[in-house]
Amino acid sequence: MKHNLILRVIAKYLFPVIALFAFYVQFHGDFGPGGGFQAGVILSVAFIFYALIFGLDTTEKIAPPYFLRIMASTGILLYAGTGVTTLFMGGNFLDYDLLSVNPIEGQHIGILLVELGVGITVSSVMLIIFFAFAGWEKND
Amino acid sequence: MIEQNLSLLLVVIPLLAAPVTAILPGSRVPWLCTLIITWLCFLLSIWQLSVVIDGNIISYELGGWSPPWGIEYRIDALNAYISLIVAGIAAITLPFALRTVEKEIPLRQTGLFYAAFLLCLVGLLGIAQTGDIFNLFVFLEISSLSSYALIAMGEQRRALTAAYQYLIMGTIGATFFLIGIGFVYSETGTLNMMDLHQLLLPIYDHRTIHTGFAFIVVGIALKLALFPLHLWLPNAYKYAPSVISVFLAATATKVAVYAMLRIVFGVFSSEFVDITPTNHMFIVLGLSGVIVASIAAIYQDDVKRLLAYSSVAQIGYMVLGMGLATTLGITATVVHVFNHALMKGALFMACGALVYRVGSSQFDKLEGLGRKMPWTFAAICIGGLSLIGVPGTAGFISKWYLVIAALEQQAWLIAFMIVLGSLLAVVYIWKIIEIMFFHADSASTTAVKEAPISMLVPMWVLVIANIYFGLNTELMLSVANTAAQILGVSD
Repeated sequence: MKHNLILRVIAKYLFPVIALFAFYVQFHGDFGPGGGFQAGVILSVAFIFYALIFGLDTTEKIAPPYFLRIMASTGILLYAGTGVTTLFMGGNFLDYDLLSVNPIEGQHIGILLVELGVGITVSSVMLIIFFAFAGWEKND
Repeated sequence: MIEQNLSLLLVVIPLLAAPVTAILPGSRVPWLCTLIITWLCFLLSIWQLSVVIDGNIISYELGGWSPPWGIEYRIDALNAYISLIVAGIAAITLPFALRTVEKEIPLRQTGLFYAAFLLCLVGLLGIAQTGDIFNLFVFLEISSLSSYALIAMGEQRRALTAAYQYLIMGTIGATFFLIGIGFVYSETGTLNMMDLHQLLLPIYDHRTIHTGFAFIVVGIALKLALFPLHLWLPNAYKYAPSVISVFLAATATKVAVYAMLRIVFGVFSSEFVDITPTNHMFIVLGLSGVIVASIAAIYQDDVKRLLAYSSVAQIGYMVLGMGLATTLGITATVVHVFNHALMKGALFMACGALVYRVGSSQFDKLEGLGRKMPWTFAAICIGGLSLIGVPGTAGFISKWYLVIAALEQQAWLIAFMIVLGSLLAVVYIWKIIEIMFFHADSASTTAVKEAPISMLVPMWVLVIANIYFGLNTELMLSVANTAAQILGVSD
């Protein structure tokens, strides 16, 4: 795809738009349709689209495999860590009420953190799966 | 703080450790992390059992949502007992894992391997801990997905086919289970097991409930490898890495047996079971499993596959106990879950030691090995005796209770078949002994040494446990009896 100027330019413009939409779905998940899983998939789509146009090697420079593995773990830790935090605050696991003085605000913070964890893990795992399949000839 | 969150910590601690383990470098560090976590879980599970053994019940509300709306972890003696088996086997398997994993798993995958192991542990403990039927499905999937990955990491490429076969069968099982839950949910509007039990009572004659029940039973039967749905099991156990064969053989199907017990007798009830042909189905399939799988085991030419078929036969005994549906029958099932974990754990560890030294579990590679590896061989002998059900070993206790449960109902034929199954076990265990001890050394076995001490110690801990629990029966029988009463089975 090296010489295909139109695709390359459009890809560069679309990447931030897709990513922005992913963040919209992520942070609007509290109030409407959306949430961490969908946002994670959309964000990884931005990277996959980039990889289709610019090649795997270029994409692996932005998102190296070891980094993706760490991000995948971080997401779960953020999710479970939120639960453990509420445990230490004297409540039950994932009892968001305790995260703030105002229980309703606590619920907001809780769901935001948990969904963020889901989003991070889903997007990195989607990319790990994509790289595993797209680069399997290289790895073998 | 720990005591009030005990039931949750058992699931959350390995869950938190898994992603950390996945990014740890090298092979020793992830191992050490997993070792600490499994022993921590083991201690917590002992604590938990000591809390509930007197008939107390721990109820934990996740997220502070009270049941039946929120997810509830509800621990009674039966849950705690199953958790103890799973955590205990995991704890004893880990010291054994160090050497075989270094040999069988590529270095760059070791962290991921232990992470998958921990996730499998999360799933199995979660099934045991939860009091919510949909949550049970989620944990069933966590444990299954991670075990597909673990089996696929076996050394030979055929491990991939074995894992794929298990994936297909396991997914069908999980789907059936989920469809069943859907039917039940549409009729009752609840997923909490205790609540379901109450709400189901007046609608036992509804067709939807019967359909849902059938889907659930078939779904779990696939997971527990009930004959004739056992076809995925022999290859999965054979091609999995040695540690995973030990861990899955000793825990995975046992937890599925627990799920079956809990749903058939705890969510539904023995009154419901009596108006369906479930008991007859369990008895017929259990008995045919015992006989057919034992005969199939005799014709194997590979120790791991032989033991895998023997597992199918042993599952037959457990399902048979369920089918008898009396306090004695359920007690026999519950005790056998524990005893079978002990004997199969010991036998598969011995098998792992053979594979570690010889690189294969085929019979023609093992000729004369019994003289080169006396401790491993002795472990196979005692584990085999326990599998047969010789008095003085753990296996005898569960077989004895099963025979008594059959005789109590004047089911002479069933009692006879149980003994026949034991005789078939004599044949296939003898086959291993004959090849390992009475055959001349083959070229590949002349320079073989005894297995390393880090593998022998866990193996012998389980072997000695086999003898200990064969002589001191009080502890396990009292737990099993309490568990049978919790399930509300009447005589």
